[in-house]
Amino acid sequence: MIRYAYFPGCASESTALSTTLANNFVFGRIGIDLVEIKDWNCCGATSAHTLSEPLGLALPARSLAWAEKNLPELDVVTGCASCYARLKLTNYRVRQDESARYMVEKIIEAPYEAKREVYNFLDILSPADVRGRIEEQIVRRFKNLKAACYYGCLNIRPAEVTGAKDRENPQAMDELARLTGAEPVDWGFKTECCGAAHQNDAAFETRPLARRILENARACGADVILTACPMCQLNLEMRQAEYARKRKDEKRGKASFPLLDVVLPPPEKETIPVLSITELLALSMGAGSGRLRLDVHHVPVSGVLSKGFRDENESEVMI
Amino acid sequence: MAIDKTAGTAPGAMIGLSADGTEASAPKILAFCCNWCTYTGADLAGLNRMKYPANVRVVRVPCSGRVNPQFILRAFQKGADGVMVCGCHPGDCHYATGNYFTRRRFMLMRNLLEFNGIDPKRFHARWISGSEAAKFRDTIAEVAAQVSALGPNTRYREER
Amino acid sequence: MSKIGVFVCHCGTNISSVVDVYKVAEAAAQMPGVSYAAEYKYMCSEPGQQMILDAIKEHGLNRIVIAACSPRMHETTFRKMLKKSKINEYLLEIANIREQDAWVHPPGEEATEKAIDLVRMAVAKVAKNEPLKSSLIPITKKALVVGGGIAGIQAALDIADAGHEVVLLEREPSIGGRMVMLDKTFPTLDCSACISTPKMVDVSAHPNIKLLTYAEVAAVKGYIGNFTVTIRQKAKYVNQDICTGCGICEDKCPKKVTSEFNKGLSDRPAIYKLFPQAVPAKPVIDRETCLMLQNGKCGICAKVCPVEGCIDYEAKDVEYDEDFGAVILATGYKLVDWGGMYDEYGAGRYPDVIDGLTFERLVNASGPTEGHIQRPSDGKEPKTVVIVKCVGSRDPKKGKPYCSRACCMYAAKHAHQILDKIHGARVFIFYIDVRTPGKNYEEFYDQTRKDGAVYVRGRVSRIYSDGEGLVCQGEDTLLNKQVRVKADLVVLETAMEPNEGAGELTGLFGASRDVNGWIQEAHPKLRPVETQVGGVFLAGACQGPKDIPDTVAQASAAAAKVIGLLNQDEMETSPMIAAIDESKCSGCGACEPICPYRAITLETIRSREGRFTNAERVIAKVNAGLCQGCGACTVACRTGAIDLLGFRNAQILTEVDALWQ
Repeated sequence: MIRYAYFPGCASESTALSTTLANNFVFGRIGIDLVEIKDWNCCGATSAHTLSEPLGLALPARSLAWAEKNLPELDVVTGCASCYARLKLTNYRVRQDESARYMVEKIIEAPYEAKREVYNFLDILSPADVRGRIEEQIVRRFKNLKAACYYGCLNIRPAEVTGAKDRENPQAMDELARLTGAEPVDWGFKTECCGAAHQNDAAFETRPLARRILENARACGADVILTACPMCQLNLEMRQAEYARKRKDEKRGKASFPLLDVVLPPPEKETIPVLSITELLALSMGAGSGRLRLDVHHVPVSGVLSKGFRDENESEVMI
Repeated sequence: MAIDKTAGTAPGAMIGLSADGTEASAPKILAFCCNWCTYTGADLAGLNRMKYPANVRVVRVPCSGRVNPQFILRAFQKGADGVMVCGCHPGDCHYATGNYFTRRRFMLMRNLLEFNGIDPKRFHARWISGSEAAKFRDTIAEVAAQVSALGPNTRYREER
Repeated sequence: MSKIGVFVCHCGTNISSVVDVYKVAEAAAQMPGVSYAAEYKYMCSEPGQQMILDAIKEHGLNRIVIAACSPRMHETTFRKMLKKSKINEYLLEIANIREQDAWVHPPGEEATEKAIDLVRMAVAKVAKNEPLKSSLIPITKKALVVGGGIAGIQAALDIADAGHEVVLLEREPSIGGRMVMLDKTFPTLDCSACISTPKMVDVSAHPNIKLLTYAEVAAVKGYIGNFTVTIRQKAKYVNQDICTGCGICEDKCPKKVTSEFNKGLSDRPAIYKLFPQAVPAKPVIDRETCLMLQNGKCGICAKVCPVEGCIDYEAKDVEYDEDFGAVILATGYKLVDWGGMYDEYGAGRYPDVIDGLTFERLVNASGPTEGHIQRPSDGKEPKTVVIVKCVGSRDPKKGKPYCSRACCMYAAKHAHQILDKIHGARVFIFYIDVRTPGKNYEEFYDQTRKDGAVYVRGRVSRIYSDGEGLVCQGEDTLLNKQVRVKADLVVLETAMEPNEGAGELTGLFGASRDVNGWIQEAHPKLRPVETQVGGVFLAGACQGPKDIPDTVAQASAAAAKVIGLLNQDEMETSPMIAAIDESKCSGCGACEPICPYRAITLETIRSREGRFTNAERVIAKVNAGLCQGCGACTVACRTGAIDLLGFRNAQILTEVDALWQ
């Protein structure tokens, strides 16, 4: 049994409910035990660190310090890219800078030495032995499902902190998706920012960010976008209706986003389902859509499910 | 010979002159200057008729990297009130890398001097190029002022 | 027993108005070892010098101190003077009482006191001076030029025209370098091959030039005037003496591999000339891909060759030594491997994202498309082309910190060529700055804009596919807006970097390289074509990014330096160099890595050690031809075995001591 100290993050029981259910299903099947950090608190993303550096470091440090004291032999894992970025950066800063550590310890009134590593789900699902276990649990594989793997910015960047090797064209999620029978598409926006953090305060700047991700995924032939972060997930789903309206406006000649005159034509199809990578794995491991509460998605995922699964006995299985 | 009218007297340049009635305590400073940069800069200061304290004595060496720590120790042992090692700016060394050795030795030398009870403020390493006459003048004035403030170096002065 | 003469100069009133020169002379007369002291109005004048020479004779002086102006002014004057006497010219010291005393202090006691101190220091030092003799080293009157690009070609021709022998060495099967790959050259748009191939032919026809292609430098020994270079001639497998260059073998060769010269846009046979106008115009066999040489099954070229015995599969690489007096390094540049640096540009996944040199082959009349601009993926003529500048240049984070200098101009040239050749084409050029410092460069850039090239100030942040074609996304920093351009072809004007193997080659010659790997010039302004190593010069882009005019100018400058050196029969070396006391040397080798000129080597000698008459031990040796006399080694020596002649430890210490006597 592999064990990790688990930092769920605020989204886990609200907007990312279906992802959390899928996480529990997948990790239960492959034998990874997530031990929840007791009394964890908000990591501060995405406003704390922009307002105050000490606050931005102290918030994650409080939860990490608890894990360090009470689960000293476990590395920390979180399922949210924003949380991951904050936790990882706190670890990094505390290791790099003695004075930062001193400051943090004073604020949280507990010792914290950043002895253990912080991982995201892609990190812990990628090692060869874990992949082997996943493969053993896969009971059905998707048929003709083209997936655009969207890693998001914070799972990768800043590379000095995350240690990510392949910054522009990462492969970890593509390889996991392949296990489920999905075919990853080659597209251009794997690590581009979706603008989730500033959708409300800087809408004019950030709305086009998510839009171009969605449209490029569509243009490159994807049936589904896969994510590894509940923030990206929510952002990519929630805005789709708005973009559809905008495209309609543009067709009628009302330009929405100022661009050079040689812009892309907007894609024809209106929406694209967005699933987390663990949801896809869970489906492939046999979980039903009801159990995973896939109905909570803003964009219907029926497009994915209707693709159906390959069957070694020649007959197609519908869910 | 052109006289540079802009070349004035540096602040503190008169320190150590006999006019203030303390001629006995005028400090003696030994400066090892590399032939290609600082010695040339010192010559240029002369050409421009710049004025600086008269208590510096220059020893010409081909490169600041030629300055053996032994020379510096000997100067302090003999009673030098201050010692300077001056060379080309890092990256400009006539011999490519000589002043990098100087720079490293300087750090160690300061520790050694401190260990020996000699105030490291008596020892200076400076980069002065062949065109920096004013910097040479100002450096001498500054070091002379610092060394005067420390008083005479009697730590290892041989009693005769 | 030293009999020192001290001569104090008034320098008109330059010195004497500040320093009491009479008092200085009086004090000098009392100093230990001094047997004569005098003052005079102008020591450097004819009568002044005569006075010194007379005094030497009259008083039997054997060492001289002159208290006057800076040694940088008249040391050589007085050394020359001493050549007329019996005294060795190095038994002389100058006390600098003008620039560093009379001119920087007010008249009075203090200035005089300082002058006396300076004279005392000089007297103490001169007593320990020893006679030195500069040695003459012979010069081999032959130059080696490494690299057969336009820099090497120009340098070789210039040296050869001056009447000296030159060996031009090139590792590719033909000379020509990067320039022959280009289509047209900015700003005049004359055809690159038309102006460079005649020079290549000149090289092959010049009686003073020996052309070695497909050859490399294997090892280097020696120093200025006396280099021994081991040359490795790679086997060509085609007897170059009898080959007629008919080309039948190339047509019939069944093996096809990707052409390096055409940047992968076409294939070439395994037996090949680099390009049709290659010099020498005879093929070589690429042993890595030849079927016969790899697995012994083929031999077609030998069968079809009309000249008997011309193709020789048994040929072997040959190594031999040749002596040279001077060397020019002209190893040039290559373009960076942008794929590894810029994942956001597709890292090579999109065939229609190409670098500038590939575009040159695409637009070249003798290239694979015969000059029709066709994009690599489907051969269609691109209508919208995006040119991205500074890919890898001016990017310390991902690429190189420096500006590659030529890109602004060839980007403008590429834009011009696209607009000229493709009707209705649109060209967008993403740039950081436009730098056009050269004759007629700005005018060319201006014309390109008038022709219709759209300059967008900003970097391209991403190149991606929208399923149909490429999209370049970037920021227009003047509009402060994100822009996206759908492009049929993207040309990346990538950074130059030092050529493959240039580092190892530079190392063989003992020259150094800068942080970016370019060969380091001896001085950035005043010695731009020399390296730190005497007799080794550099030309062209191996020293840093350059365009063709600058490269050719530098090549001629390097050639002038070489001609100057080779015109001498012998060279005088400074005697003020490091010397080793073999009896003290323990052979520890601490001095060896410190020497910037690699003048110190460790050697094994046999000597008498106590009761062993033929004991073997290691000692350091100084090469007089290489040593420049900096003295860095003397400080590293633990036993004090190395000393610097003219600036011995004892001499400097005695100067220090003299101050407190």
